Amino acid sequence: MATALSQMPLAVLDPGGAGATALYIVAFSLFILGVRRGTHPTTAKQGNLIAVAGMAIAVATTLLLDGIGNWGLIVGGLAIGAAVGVIASIRVQMTAMPQMVALYNGVGGGAVALIAWSELRHGISLGEAIPLDTLIPVLFSMVIGSVSFWGSNIAFAKLQGLIPTRPLAVPGQQVVNALLLIGIVAACVSLAIDNGDPSQAIFIAALIAAAVLGNLVVLPIGGADMPVVISLLNAFTGIAAAATGFALDNVALIVAGTLVGSSGTILTMKMATAMNRSVANILFAGFGGAPAGAGGVAEERPVTSIGAQDAAIKLAYADSVVIVPGYGLAVAQAQHAIKEVADELEKRGVGVGYAIHPVAGRMPGHMNVLLAEADVPYEQLREMEEINPEMPRTDVAVVVGANDVVNPAAKNDPDSPIAGMPIIEVDEARQVIVIKRSLSPGFAGIDNDLFYEPNTSMLFADAKQAATEIAAEIGQL
Amino acid sequence: MTEITIFVLAAFVGFEVISKVPTTLHTPLMSQTNAIHGIVMLGGLIVIGHAGDPLEYVIGTIAIAFGTINIVGGFMVTDRILGMFTRKAKPSAPSASRPGADGSDKG
Repeated sequence: MATALSQMPLAVLDPGGAGATALYIVAFSLFILGVRRGTHPTTAKQGNLIAVAGMAIAVATTLLLDGIGNWGLIVGGLAIGAAVGVIASIRVQMTAMPQMVALYNGVGGGAVALIAWSELRHGISLGEAIPLDTLIPVLFSMVIGSVSFWGSNIAFAKLQGLIPTRPLAVPGQQVVNALLLIGIVAACVSLAIDNGDPSQAIFIAALIAAAVLGNLVVLPIGGADMPVVISLLNAFTGIAAAATGFALDNVALIVAGTLVGSSGTILTMKMATAMNRSVANILFAGFGGAPAGAGGVAEERPVTSIGAQDAAIKLAYADSVVIVPGYGLAVAQAQHAIKEVADELEKRGVGVGYAIHPVAGRMPGHMNVLLAEADVPYEQLREMEEINPEMPRTDVAVVVGANDVVNPAAKNDPDSPIAGMPIIEVDEARQVIVIKRSLSPGFAGIDNDLFYEPNTSMLFADAKQAATEIAAEIGQL
Repeated sequence: MTEITIFVLAAFVGFEVISKVPTTLHTPLMSQTNAIHGIVMLGGLIVIGHAGDPLEYVIGTIAIAFGTINIVGGFMVTDRILGMFTRKAKPSAPSASRPGADGSDKG
């Protein structure tokens, strides 16, 4: 059936011809415009729709190209993909957004690798030497696509809690990774030299080695660094898509892939900078777990522990309260309960603001998304630089499931792994309430002196439960 | 050579276009660019046209399905994330009329 359908002549555009090129230029111009609009709060949603329009034009143009066939399979693939994409996007919880992006990035990488394989088989079937300007991009996109697919899947599994988020280090890991990489490069070089009749077995071996490498590179990285990793893999997939464009001589793929690759690289660096880390450090240091046991302060230190009722009293009689949300808020789905606390406080005339650390949660902007979902007014969300000067005048700072982003060691202890990372200076506030399930360290794996300060009270509970109780208690005061 | 030129210019456009962006928009922007690289699905459309055996049919179909998930899912999730911001966009949005003007001279 597929072959019968493939005879249907939809082909009206010559690949590389003026018509197709003109339409592709329109498409990628819309991508550039869409991304540009995506950098402004007021135009971001419109920007996304502009990019959608660009994609629609790019897909339609390609379907009209001469040489497009096997319509049954095309329609089947499009239908399956669209159904999965729609259902997954509608059902996903806002808290699960980071891993959803990881998964989408992964399938993109998977598509790149599969296309490379198919292109190689096509090249072999022609019975002539595959030109190097086709073969090299094919090999490149195969490797990067495979690394991106598996790396993204591991990132997804970690964020979804399917595998432990703590760094999983294997002894001699760097050596194994280096050997794998050398092996992959050697395989690709041998394929390129033997471009008259490249061995598919070697190609598949390299594909699998790249898959193993993708796993091994991401497994040792701690959960806190995942946003940077996902962003980096996003840029990788973009570059790999551009390479596919070189192999297929498709200008839309080259421009769109490169655009994602370069903008994704910038975005990755911005995220890493916000954490005062370099990308290389995140990828190779395995920081996030190693110093957890060894570097932590083992001695018992006294902490002040309070219950929901005491916390409610402290909050209700304050003039100004700043809420500092972290990943614990996302895990506990506490955003609505926290909003209730804020509503109760505002009813009593207490000024409430939310201090958003750039890397709180699992992705920049993660907290904004969650709090927006709970109808927190946009103007109450304050950025770190904006709210820190107000901290000394704040009566109570409430830390909800955040840890490293409020750790004073970042500014006080030059030897700390997070030294120099900008933090929300809750230690400057008159009183601090920390809602947290235990004293366990955050993802950076280091102890937090804040918990032992005399003006800090610890409320050991699940964030949602604690916030619900506090809201009820304030209502009764 | 033309393709290399296009590649280099596109890279600079990518660097420039994203040079200034508030942290709030990092996640939706990552999600949007993520959707855009789903364009690799076009490669699936092209290679399945010259697929010659069952294995290539399977590879091509999976590639198209994967790419489509990337595109559809990516754009929809981005829209959902941004929907949460715009629903309660600042009531006083004096800058609402400006982006068009400053976007045109950079485009």
